[in-house]
Amino acid sequence: MLSFVAQRVVKGVIVLLAIVVLNFFLIRLAPGDPAMVMAGEAGATDQVFVKQLREKFGLDKPLPEQLFIYVKGVVTLDLGFSFRQQAPVAKLIGERLPATLLLTLTAFAISLALGVLFGTFAARFAGTFLDTAITVFALIFYAMPIFWVALMGILLFSVTMDWLPSFGYETVGANLTGPAHALDVAKHLIMPAMTLGLFFMATYTRMTRASMLEVKRLDFVKTARAKGLSDAVIQRRHVLRNALLPVVTLAGVHSGTLIGGAVITETVFAWPGIGRLMYDALLQRDYNLLLGVFVICSAMVLIFNLITDLVYRLVDPRIEFAS
Amino acid sequence: MKQFWKSMLKSPSGVIGLVILLLAISVAVFGPMLFPNSPWRMVQRPFLPPFTLSTVPLGTDALGRDVFAGMIFGARVSLLVGLVSTLVALIVGVPIGAMAGYFGGKVDDALMRFTEFFQTIPSFALAIVLVAILQPSIYSIVASIAIVSWPPVARLVRGEVLSLRTREYVQAAVVTGQSNSWIILREILPNALSPVIVLASLMVATAILLESSLSFLGLGDPNLISWGYMVGAGRTVIRQAWWITVFPGVAILISVLGLNLIGEGLNDALNPRLSREGR
Repeated sequence: MLSFVAQRVVKGVIVLLAIVVLNFFLIRLAPGDPAMVMAGEAGATDQVFVKQLREKFGLDKPLPEQLFIYVKGVVTLDLGFSFRQQAPVAKLIGERLPATLLLTLTAFAISLALGVLFGTFAARFAGTFLDTAITVFALIFYAMPIFWVALMGILLFSVTMDWLPSFGYETVGANLTGPAHALDVAKHLIMPAMTLGLFFMATYTRMTRASMLEVKRLDFVKTARAKGLSDAVIQRRHVLRNALLPVVTLAGVHSGTLIGGAVITETVFAWPGIGRLMYDALLQRDYNLLLGVFVICSAMVLIFNLITDLVYRLVDPRIEFAS
Repeated sequence: MKQFWKSMLKSPSGVIGLVILLLAISVAVFGPMLFPNSPWRMVQRPFLPPFTLSTVPLGTDALGRDVFAGMIFGARVSLLVGLVSTLVALIVGVPIGAMAGYFGGKVDDALMRFTEFFQTIPSFALAIVLVAILQPSIYSIVASIAIVSWPPVARLVRGEVLSLRTREYVQAAVVTGQSNSWIILREILPNALSPVIVLASLMVATAILLESSLSFLGLGDPNLISWGYMVGAGRTVIRQAWWITVFPGVAILISVLGLNLIGEGLNDALNPRLSREGR
């Protein structure tokens, strides 16, 4: 178990380093001088700042040396300075990270729980009206762009019915504390989390349904039935547990999409996470901040992939860790 | 081929999908000729509600531009970007996957590490960074969508090639001294085509969603109107004018749905073994 984790962590670190190197070349892909690019549109007018950047990143030195300086900076969590926001990039991201984690993890939990539930229902009642209804809804949600779902949610639940707040993390100026504050945040969280979760819910529904129908036909299910186990036990302990494996794999594959969806969701709902930060960086052409967020997003995906890998091993009855 | 169409037309999702796609393509090709209203020109007063004037059936946006015209011209961008970026992704992914699966060993290792690397990077974030750095244009959009969507193709093709490589007819070709490229191109790839076609139809759908999301964030080609751009532009006035955001979104939904249905239909038609119930 430990060696497996260590192996995966080493692999993840290598991939992350490769992403940092990719970042280094992305800056040089942009038209113009790298110092100007890193300074962003606002900073490029400030000669002193550009000069500082040139010195800091050794831009007059040969390319391999520049790469070394850059990678060293990122490894020590120095992601550079955002001229626009007048703050270090790492600090800006650090402030926004908790909100993004709250949003993505809630959305993930909702989508997985509802997706598996609906998928199980659809498979249980395959061929009936319920199955068709669930399948059609999943297909439609699967085809909706996230930003549009977000706006339709606002139109329906904020503008028309006035049930939920349409933007932000908490009520501005309310200065709530304790449970009242938590409730306020939860109220603001519902719509963004549901928006982000719907697409993935549709995916998990489809996957669970297909996978359950496939597992149902396998021999060990027949054996279980022959043993005289009750239908509920077979469904839960034999079919569902095995059918969940591809769903777990899918969750790992989709972690990148989840982060991408968070950028859109946070933008529409003005949710103060790193996705919104990325959008702001984009609007202001603040490339240093943009690339910093990109590195952190990649790191989050790597960590999430590692976790799903572990979960897969825990769920899969066929894999046992040699102790 | 006849057999294929027969089974494709037997699957209800395939038929619905085909109808939607044909409709979308004809709108993209002929629409701008039939409705020459430029989507950028002011034609009426701003915020004209839909269904009030027959000349501007879906109303106007905040600048008095025709929403219906925007939707018709937007179909071109969406479909074009979807198709071309998928094509580019196939051009990149198929050879990589084929080489990895055919040659195996170190080549396979190296190519698959490379593919996995690209698959780990959060795709939408990478697409944003690429388009922002290369400056938004239809070319940078197509390129970045292709760059983030080729890895699944490579992995799929590799798997197919890996299983086909040991078949007897391939071995026979090896024995008769055919060159590697001839064997890959003429013997293996044609037989690996059907799952690639299914994947490609789903990729076009994903590409359309990606393009619309990029345009929504303001990373669209500034000279071309697209559905994502229209939704993004209507976003700030959603409280006054719902129609500016609703209609283009429905257009995206319907086209993506159509392509996904085609993917299902193709899957049923091309992989009959897998299509029994489920899937």
